[in-house]
Amino acid sequence: MLKRILAASAALAVSTALAGAQEVKVGVVLPYTGIGAEFAQLIDRGMEMYLKLNADKVKPYQIKLIKRDAKNPGGNDARVATQELLTQEKVDVLAGWVYSPNAIASAPVVNAGKKFAVIMNAGTAHITQMSGYYARTSFSMWHAGYAMGEAAAKQLKAKTAVVGYTDFPPGKDSLNAFKRAFEASGGKVIDEIPMGGAGAVPDFTPFFQRAKDKKPDVFFVFVPAGDHAAAVTRTYGALGMRQAGIRLIGPGDITQDTKLQAMGDAAIGLITMHHYHADLPNAENKRFVAEWKKAYGANAVPDFMAVGGYDGMALIMHVAHQLKGKIDGDAAIKAAGTFKFNSPRGPISIDPDTRDIVMNEYLSEVVKGPDGRLMQKVIGQIDNVKDACKAQKIAPCK
Amino acid sequence: MSVTPHMPDHPAALALARRHSLRWWESLPWIAALAFFFAYPNHLGFGTELLIMVLFAISLDLALGYAGIITLGHAAFFGAGAYTVGILAHHGIWNEPLTGLALAALVAAAVGFLSGLVLLRTTGLTFLMLTLCTMLMLEEAANLGHHWTGGFDGLPSLNIPPLFGVFEFNPLIPKTQFLYVLGVLFLCFLFVRMLAYSPFGQGLTGIRENTLRMHAVGAPVRTRLVVCYTISAAIAGIAGGIWAQANAYVNLGTLGLDRAATVLIILVLGGFGRLYGAFVGAVAYMVLAHFLSKIYPTAWQLGLGLLLVVIALFARGGMLGIGEVLMQRLRPKIPPKEPASRPSP
Repeated sequence: MLKRILAASAALAVSTALAGAQEVKVGVVLPYTGIGAEFAQLIDRGMEMYLKLNADKVKPYQIKLIKRDAKNPGGNDARVATQELLTQEKVDVLAGWVYSPNAIASAPVVNAGKKFAVIMNAGTAHITQMSGYYARTSFSMWHAGYAMGEAAAKQLKAKTAVVGYTDFPPGKDSLNAFKRAFEASGGKVIDEIPMGGAGAVPDFTPFFQRAKDKKPDVFFVFVPAGDHAAAVTRTYGALGMRQAGIRLIGPGDITQDTKLQAMGDAAIGLITMHHYHADLPNAENKRFVAEWKKAYGANAVPDFMAVGGYDGMALIMHVAHQLKGKIDGDAAIKAAGTFKFNSPRGPISIDPDTRDIVMNEYLSEVVKGPDGRLMQKVIGQIDNVKDACKAQKIAPCK
Repeated sequence: MSVTPHMPDHPAALALARRHSLRWWESLPWIAALAFFFAYPNHLGFGTELLIMVLFAISLDLALGYAGIITLGHAAFFGAGAYTVGILAHHGIWNEPLTGLALAALVAAAVGFLSGLVLLRTTGLTFLMLTLCTMLMLEEAANLGHHWTGGFDGLPSLNIPPLFGVFEFNPLIPKTQFLYVLGVLFLCFLFVRMLAYSPFGQGLTGIRENTLRMHAVGAPVRTRLVVCYTISAAIAGIAGGIWAQANAYVNLGTLGLDRAATVLIILVLGGFGRLYGAFVGAVAYMVLAHFLSKIYPTAWQLGLGLLLVVIALFARGGMLGIGEVLMQRLRPKIPPKEPASRPSP
């Protein structure tokens, strides 16, 4: 009897040891409460969708997600969460970060902890340079802003532009990126309008009237994803700017898929540049959107944040396979540089020099679909776009 | 004020004479903090945040609990201190920790003095709104002054040299930070405790209870309030400055309504005007928030909200108030009872 118990416990010990060797602990830092809760849910679902749709690629590893609430953009909660994931939970990989200040505040901890960390949203360009262990699967504000500047001059044949931006770092990044590319391609930015902070949705009317009075060919707007965007299209429609011959353009943040239907017909004709929207016609995306609707309801739709989480998980699995489950920070960053993946947003990779994502940018127009719903139609594409801020060494990305 | 000097053995006289003597249980918070340091080395990041919050709550207690200055903008001083340390360190002007803290206190005191000089002419709701406005204006100034303050992204990776030139600030295992904050908290607390039991502190309590009567006895009410507000601001500035040093960064979160409201909730939860309310409130609020959010990252606020509702409904004096009521029930009821509630104006 005693022998049998001993044998059984030995077997148990062996099997748990095996399971332990194959388990990859991923610490997730996202704002699960507060104004960012919606974004956290999208990224969360994106990660889980990857694990579900690619179960064969996840094997033989077992992914354990340990979630911590980053609460707000204040930075200290995210920092303490990162600290504890490293010291208490002994995670193999860190992931998440919706707000840029949180990723900035966590950088010294990530550096000291020497663990691989995947940024799944925070878009301020220079974040990836604050820690050598950061890799980013979302975007930098420069990806879309710079591409849009070129496309506005070349494809939309615009000569003049007015830029309206929410007055915080991603907005300024977006302004700088657009302006640099637009003016390098022969256009001219004739006015720059700061439009309040990111905290609350302002009344856009005075800003838009000022833009209208300047009579530009295009009006480039950056506002944070979420409720700002609906107000932008409403004001654009109410002031009759389209009839005045001014086209509204911007990065895809202003046509976030989860908000698009609520914008109504005023959004038709909006032209955006972004790396993802749910109407991208590739096969991988069709499967992704179909599975998403199956899992979360017919009206649910993934967006660029969800894809940031999805691709982030793909990167983590790539690194786990490369390193046979022993995810050491320095080795992981090297392995991340060899990442190539067929994502719902098209082919992506990680630039080994900057650890930032390389991806396609799509120029899209909002149209009314055959079923009466608003959708985005791809009218142009730029392949393998790198973060121009780092590629051209523009301050503060030096 | 019915105590007469020729009755030294009257219970009231004895109580007055002994009111500032140390009691055995006053050592408990410090023993607990040191025990925490040795028992939970992996929780020190959270512990440091907790101690800084206690310090910040103590500064508010001086203004709100003792002088009855009801403010919603106390984070203005926390932020002023934090940005003082941040800007000086980031631009390479000054980064030695201890003197940096002194500068943070000085700047915050200046902000407190100047705003107090103007705002303390008002009372009640007007004052509440004006403190809120002052804080929001500072926040917006910090947002706009991007060149100096780093704007929304803040000032990252400050270079803070080792404490006393010996003890390094390790971002992953913040042992130095914890002990440093504990030491500063201890000194600040001793100062506030001394102040609360001094005639100055008694005068503040008098102003809180009955401003008219204090005017009538010839006390310089407005001067006292401004001085109290300035001292309170200076201590909040120290809390902010040490926060910036311990975290090695500073951003707009130090100035926001979020922080101002949290510290107010903590103080009300613990019980204001009681010195130790800040400890009890901060520990209860932050420990609960921290561990609930670990277990339920999406729904932890529900549990916290329930606790606050219960406290607001059943314990107006906060958690320490509950303790006092229990102690009174347990005490033998022989001596003639003084009215338990404070005299109404």
